[in-house]
Amino acid sequence: MGFFQKLKEKWTKQADTVTEKFKEGLSKTRTSFAGKVNDLIARYRKVDEEFFEELEEILIAADVGVATVMELVDELKMEVKRRNIQDPAQMRDVIAEKLIDIYRAGSAARELASLRIQEDGLTVILFVGVNGVGKTTTIGKLAHKLKAEGKSVLLAAGDTFRAGAIEQLEVWGERVGVDVIKQAAGSDPAAVMYDAIQAAKARGVDVLLCDTAGRLQNKVNLMKELEKVKRVISREIPGAPHEVLLVLDATTGQNAMSQAKLFKEATDVTGIVLTKLDGTAKGGIVLAIRNELNIPVKLVGLGEKMDDLQVFDPEQYVYGLFADWLDS
Amino acid sequence: MAFEGLSERLQQVMSRIRGKGKVTEADVKEMMREVRLALLEADVNFKVVKDFIKQVSERAVGQEVMKSLTPGQQVIKIVKEELTALMGGEQSQIAVAKKPPTVVMMVGLQGAGKTTTTGKLANWLRKRHNRKPLLVAADVYRPAAIKQLETLGKQLSVPVFSLGEHENPVEIAKRALEQAKAEHCDYVLIDTAGRLHIDEGLMDELRQMKEAVKPDEIFLVVDAMTGQDAVNVAQSFHEQLGITGVILTKLDGDTRGGAALSIRAVTGAPIKFAGMGEKLDALEPFHPERMASRILGMGDVLTLIEKAQAAVDEEKAKELEQKMRTATFTLDDFLDQLGQVRKLGPLDELIKMLPGANKIKGLANIQVDEKQIARVEAIIRSMTKEEKMHPEIINGSRKKRIAKGSGTTVQEVNRLLKQFDEMKKMMKMMTNVPKGKKKGFRFPFM
Repeated sequence: MGFFQKLKEKWTKQADTVTEKFKEGLSKTRTSFAGKVNDLIARYRKVDEEFFEELEEILIAADVGVATVMELVDELKMEVKRRNIQDPAQMRDVIAEKLIDIYRAGSAARELASLRIQEDGLTVILFVGVNGVGKTTTIGKLAHKLKAEGKSVLLAAGDTFRAGAIEQLEVWGERVGVDVIKQAAGSDPAAVMYDAIQAAKARGVDVLLCDTAGRLQNKVNLMKELEKVKRVISREIPGAPHEVLLVLDATTGQNAMSQAKLFKEATDVTGIVLTKLDGTAKGGIVLAIRNELNIPVKLVGLGEKMDDLQVFDPEQYVYGLFADWLDS
Repeated sequence: MAFEGLSERLQQVMSRIRGKGKVTEADVKEMMREVRLALLEADVNFKVVKDFIKQVSERAVGQEVMKSLTPGQQVIKIVKEELTALMGGEQSQIAVAKKPPTVVMMVGLQGAGKTTTTGKLANWLRKRHNRKPLLVAADVYRPAAIKQLETLGKQLSVPVFSLGEHENPVEIAKRALEQAKAEHCDYVLIDTAGRLHIDEGLMDELRQMKEAVKPDEIFLVVDAMTGQDAVNVAQSFHEQLGITGVILTKLDGDTRGGAALSIRAVTGAPIKFAGMGEKLDALEPFHPERMASRILGMGDVLTLIEKAQAAVDEEKAKELEQKMRTATFTLDDFLDQLGQVRKLGPLDELIKMLPGANKIKGLANIQVDEKQIARVEAIIRSMTKEEKMHPEIINGSRKKRIAKGSGTTVQEVNRLLKQFDEMKKMMKMMTNVPKGKKKGFRFPFM
């Protein structure tokens, strides 16, 4: 059975709302990306050098990054030779397989994407990222999701810098119905975390979601501040934070690699939340990040509503990109 | 390595074809491959890159290599010139309405930095141009967005117009304009909610607002880190609203900012400002030529030179030189010199502007402690006139007094005196250079 048949089967069996959401959110991504690949296949009679050149461009346009694209195309060329493929239509399977291979790198997808929520006791999740990627919004959505799963949640307003950030988290707290631990604007974020952990322990909550101020990864002092925040958390609860989630804007280009690298150095990032995937951007850089830094995507943001946060499934992601091929 | 500068990469290609008098087509092709990669890695849209490469190749083939340049440098020169031209050549100014107030709409995707930039722009207009702006809180969707603008307004002492989050943004804009007219404001800066360019409902809202307030400027606020999608976003906003300018934010990051080129290429709208930091005065007019250097990974030498020229007083430099030669350099002069260097801006940012600075290990991430400099200044200011002229008279009890006066410790006073002593010795050595080699006192980068 071809790869896409398998995917399609999986898709039809799994016709739950999650999949629908994913499909909906990615529909624009899909139309433009897969549409282009379809054009490509229709226009070429042969899998030749020009075919690959154009494939290269399609992948670059998805922000996958030049280095990864080159690597991928080289591997595809080998594959074409090995399997003696001449019909461009056959390329669909090969391309999708390779993309998923790059992402998976031997690990099971489910395992990669699941959040490490402790069986019992407090789970602390720290959110980090540059300015304007959607950290606070993601925390609001995740709080909603966890609460719906029956967990008790507490939020820590660690962005004491940006004007209105604390209020923004508070609004989310009200919407979702969870408490927010905060201090005055301008106070030490590490102190807020300390307070929040004490409160979380005292109240016996399941999950503490910690917001932090957005910071550009090349600001050394701000990155040190973040290290301190993490240190305070680890000191209060051994093994915490259980997850450090880097929030990435899907619209971001190659700089996302630098973000992943430097935030990983400072806070040992355990996963990525890819936001704003409901736009026309593809967020292809996550393939390169996974390939180079081994950080998996755990969640994706597909809209502005409370339930627009979904667990990342690489097969669905790639399927989303290629769904037009299947339908055609 | 992904973020290698273009100049270094071209150098590699060039080492193979050095010594030729003319740039051949094959040479150009090979070099253009490197240019293409550099531009793509800088997030310039691939279509824009394609057109650009074609144009540059045509110009570069057959060019005679100037005596003073290597073929590689020559190609870089052409690439940079074309890039600058594409980016709009000269920098442009913000519009002024014939009859005030000038109405400015700020639009863009979520998280681009509209609210912060609106605050910065108000600050810039008020401080640099002595204008009276009114901030308008028309983002009724994102939680606490109004609160954010109000806080910024308070910090800047600029009035903020708000009708809360339950009013229609178009209505808010209209009423704000009325108030601005009544209060004789020069500028009305409307902060709109972030939205996707494909969100028809919200895009329509912006069209209605445009219709209602007839803005003189519609600024598209774009994150400098945006990737290939910048083209779609810019094109879509432009088609639906007719943007008049672009503000690039978060340029203080380590992104190459190729999105700037893409946006410029698809909309033709000039990039007018760049956000350079989190502080409210960190908004600068956009310089196309410098951006070209940055995208190519060539460092921002021009900005640095310009800053140095603006800050260093020629007269003072001459006087200083004289003092150094005659070894009458005092702590007062030292203080003066510190002040001049500080005028250039935060030191760590200056270092970043040096080409190749990111290559030198440790230098790229150097953090100059501005407080340390402030402490040194405090110490010197706590000295008497005589002490400043003749530091050798500073004994134990004087040191104690100076430390107390400057809020530092005796150790710190000691350290400063020792450093100053060494500096003087060094100056003596420097000024003992044989005649003919003397070039006067210069900052190393001048």
